[in-house]
Amino acid sequence: MDIIVSAFELLLRWDVIIALLIGSCGGVVIGAIPGVGPAVAIAILLPATFSLEPIVGLTLLLGIYGSAMYGGSIPAILVNTPGTPVNALTTYDGFPMTQRGESRRALSLAYSASFFGGVFSILCLIFLSPVLAIIAPMFGSREIFLAALLGIILVITAHRGQMFAAAMMASLGIFIQTIGMEPIKYSKRFTFDQSWLTGGLNLIVIVLGLFAISQAILLLVQKDKREEAVKVEGGLFQGLKELGKHKRIASVASSFGVMMGMIPGVGEFTSQFLSYTYAQKSSKTPEKFGKGSTEGLVASEAANNAVPAAAMIPLLALGIPGEALTAMMLSVFYVHNVIPGPNLFQNHLDFVVALYISLLILNILVLIFLLFSTNSLLKVIQIPSRFLGLSILILSFVGVYSLRNSFTDCAVAAGFGVFGFILKRVDLPIVPIILGMVLGEIMEAKLRTSMMKVKDPIDFINRPIAFILFTLIILVILLQVRTLWKSFKNK
Amino acid sequence: MKNIKSGDLLFALIFFMISAFLMSQLPDQVKWFKNTKLTSQPALWCSIGLIGMTAFGLIHLLLKIRLDDLSRELKEGLIWIRSIEFACWFLLYVVLVQYIGYLLATCIIAFCLSYRVGYQKKTMLSYSVLTALSIVLVFKTFLEVKIPGGAIYEYLPDTLRTFMILNF
Repeated sequence: MDIIVSAFELLLRWDVIIALLIGSCGGVVIGAIPGVGPAVAIAILLPATFSLEPIVGLTLLLGIYGSAMYGGSIPAILVNTPGTPVNALTTYDGFPMTQRGESRRALSLAYSASFFGGVFSILCLIFLSPVLAIIAPMFGSREIFLAALLGIILVITAHRGQMFAAAMMASLGIFIQTIGMEPIKYSKRFTFDQSWLTGGLNLIVIVLGLFAISQAILLLVQKDKREEAVKVEGGLFQGLKELGKHKRIASVASSFGVMMGMIPGVGEFTSQFLSYTYAQKSSKTPEKFGKGSTEGLVASEAANNAVPAAAMIPLLALGIPGEALTAMMLSVFYVHNVIPGPNLFQNHLDFVVALYISLLILNILVLIFLLFSTNSLLKVIQIPSRFLGLSILILSFVGVYSLRNSFTDCAVAAGFGVFGFILKRVDLPIVPIILGMVLGEIMEAKLRTSMMKVKDPIDFINRPIAFILFTLIILVILLQVRTLWKSFKNK
Repeated sequence: MKNIKSGDLLFALIFFMISAFLMSQLPDQVKWFKNTKLTSQPALWCSIGLIGMTAFGLIHLLLKIRLDDLSRELKEGLIWIRSIEFACWFLLYVVLVQYIGYLLATCIIAFCLSYRVGYQKKTMLSYSVLTALSIVLVFKTFLEVKIPGGAIYEYLPDTLRTFMILNF
């Protein structure tokens, strides 16, 4: 109880409340604009949050992260274009409903399912926190190393059909983070005697290049797409009632979201895939899936909105980000010298609970905002894409230049912008680069410290959690090899 | 495997060549220390990254090899080269900020880039400038992000100079 009171004390400040409002409403708007998405917005805002207190900065970024998917369902349902990549599955059943003249029903059901997923996952996490506070201290250097290794393997294997490309991108990330002067022996690594490379390549500069500048270039080179959205007539409250008919699907989908969100590298797509498949298999009318099934819509939206809160678990408990957005948030912690990991749960549980409560409040704010502003939001869908590209390019400058006022940073970001543009053109994954950078750094530091404490390599896995993680790694690799072998044989 | 897209082969080839080049530089660009455990060698993780890049890059390249329509690859390559123009716009913007200040540089770049991408009507041009102005107001005036004043501000009278440096 004391912890909850102390968490509310952290939150009841005008700057946190403003951050929560801007984050939640801004996130919805950003999510509703196809071609922007939360990654671009968070990358741009990241340096601006460094001057804010950690709770304020994180509330703002969490607001965007947690609410963008709500907004993303609007263009997915009304114009068959997902606002964020995660809303792609929503188009399968949402748009056919709009074509049948049921746009209001589809939107209200999507909002309700999203709200259910969001709240369900936060409640799970609040109840799980005491357990995490007990388990997290069991993670020493070797367990964190193995968890990071498992994370990177899962990131790679999650890219079905692009596994080798994801592995090569993750390796690139691992390589990039090693460039510069290393901090133990002070030897230079791949600096080619260039003084600007001695300090290494900054993660935020690369994130801005790969996510924001690349997206700006992509939008600038293509022709304008103008989406004509259908006006939504009437109130949007009926979905809240209708969700009651689908409470089993919503609960299972949210559980998938929580479970998949907690595993580094897996995230929204897998949870959506699993819950959609479950919903279809357990439905009395599976033939309606993909043609405007309300069950399909609920499964997809509840699953993806349950992920953000769950994805904070590995970040807060172990300091291991599971995907690009939480990797970006990790830098906010580091800037303020708040090191996420086992100690955070032991010593600052009120801070963790405050973050969960802020997530809960933002879900309520977003639902209220959406129920009253959907028709106004239709205007942002219609912003011409090249105009958006221009705005993102201008905003990217703020993100990169305000970091260190360095022209070199801007040149590096521009270079990675072109690289990211090429990756997007050839449809190759970007996220493994960022996770390779973040997890590579963690693995390097943790392997070094943990190996000092072990005599034999086998001692590395002589603790229960280390052994479980090691077994999981072997299992995942074996399963993947089996899948690859099967698909090779079938060809 | 996913459908092969234009540029897949070109990208895979360039990526593999760069990885192989970096691998060849491994002996010169990292140092292996004597009497130091392998896991504490600063060169270890560079090597892991590069081996991964080269090995997976090679597999990726082999999966993408397809010699039936190389002109498609070249056309895509030209689009990539053309994208450098927008990276140059970005760098020009950075240089301009240092000389003429954030406000003016943002408005000029927004106007010119808007014109360049095809918005030549007054309405869109004014929307671009208004967007630029609001971005400056939000980030520099309101959020006070650290962007130094332009060199041109030195020629302004004292009070106006301080005001411009602080707000624009």
